[in-house]
Amino acid sequence: MSVTVEADVTFLADIRRIADEIAAPNADSVDREARFPIESVDALREMRAFSALIPRELGGGGVPFEVVAAACFELGRRCGASAMVFAMHQIQIACIVRHLDDAPWFENYLRDVAREQRLVASVTSEVGTGGDIGRSVAAVTPGADGLSTFEKQAPTVSYGAYADDLFTTLRRGPDAEPGDQVVVLTRREQLTLEQTGTWDPMGMRGTCSPGYIVRATFPAEQVLPTPFPRVATESMVPISHLLWSHLWLGIATDAFDRARAFVRASAKQRPDQPQPAAMRLSHLMSELSLLRAEVSSALRDFTDASGDAGREQLSTMATILRFNNLKIAASEQAPRVCQGAMSVCGIVGFKNDTPFSVGRHLRDTMSASLMVANERIHQTNASLLLIAKEV
Amino acid sequence: MTQRGQTDVSDRIKQIIYEHGRLPTDVRTLDEDADLYQAGMTSHASVNLMLALEAAFDIEFPDAMLKRSVFQSVASISRALGELGAATA
Repeated sequence: MSVTVEADVTFLADIRRIADEIAAPNADSVDREARFPIESVDALREMRAFSALIPRELGGGGVPFEVVAAACFELGRRCGASAMVFAMHQIQIACIVRHLDDAPWFENYLRDVAREQRLVASVTSEVGTGGDIGRSVAAVTPGADGLSTFEKQAPTVSYGAYADDLFTTLRRGPDAEPGDQVVVLTRREQLTLEQTGTWDPMGMRGTCSPGYIVRATFPAEQVLPTPFPRVATESMVPISHLLWSHLWLGIATDAFDRARAFVRASAKQRPDQPQPAAMRLSHLMSELSLLRAEVSSALRDFTDASGDAGREQLSTMATILRFNNLKIAASEQAPRVCQGAMSVCGIVGFKNDTPFSVGRHLRDTMSASLMVANERIHQTNASLLLIAKEV
Repeated sequence: MTQRGQTDVSDRIKQIIYEHGRLPTDVRTLDEDADLYQAGMTSHASVNLMLALEAAFDIEFPDAMLKRSVFQSVASISRALGELGAATA
């Protein structure tokens, strides 16, 4: 085993410890009170997990992508909201690492993230775009003293109140077309956030994602050199779908584990009786294995697509369809598994205060089909299928 | 291919973009190298454009060519058609 792999094993062991010892005991209160999972986030910061994907030469952990995906799975098993905050941060960092194009400001910024373990949130959705992150209304606007400004109305900003910095998509300039987008990275001190709504949702309650009007003033060097459409196709979309799917799989796996624990407990009590729940558990296992297979094959497809040729590959329609299908399949299958777990456990699964409760799992995974609405993805796929050949 | 032939191909491509690209500006006033996506072509319109180009030039774009960079400009589309040996005469 090489040193790098040993480091990865240690990284995952630390993540598992945080998941078991910190995320798990707080998961119910995070959910009940719709509060930010501050204990998990502090522990992740402490173990320097927020710079995991940053290369070592910039002070980061240099942890391979598939290990970070496994970390999303492990956190998801214990607290969906903690896993989602972790995943979203890693998505933003991955986009910057892959698309900074040697820009000195962004290299220094990544060094700061590694040193200070800064947490990055994204502002990609916008009022008036119908949920299409490929279009923006707000624009980078030239202002006084050579600085630029923007004002963006975002219907949701996950953990916006707790983030150190924001990753915001905008039109390149006041005259740019809606699809001519760039990414701007702004620090807390360059920002004001005006909350525009409340946050009392059905699931993923700890992500604390109300709407905001975001305003910022910043120098031009904080515009990511690579245009957003390319960042989205080569990185943000496939990486989001992969990391989200891993944490949804984590949540579904824990729901399955609870159902299995329920069946074992009842079989131990009455070893001679038939166990109808055991049959339901067996059906549930095949549902879970479908989800697991889709998530792991998608991860393999992504890690195979490395280097310049791999990046090119990611922008082909066949590959766009592939990762869109991952999102649709995983977001539909995860709540299906959680609901199956509830039917195995019966009333003790339905109640919120038993060792077999799966209500939180079900509610958390029901957010999956809304995070980039599946219907919108189907619309895109329907159009791509008219022209793509080998799918 | 002659200079004349290239111009003809570009004109045909521009005509097809004009009909299917749904650009807010007139493509016929744009440079060969102008970025069509920056000029406002949406992903959805680009699919229609690809279909129309396949029909007009009697070719099929292989999957490896079905990406943004190939349909970014009149010049890049023209190059792709050339590589496919499209009936551009």
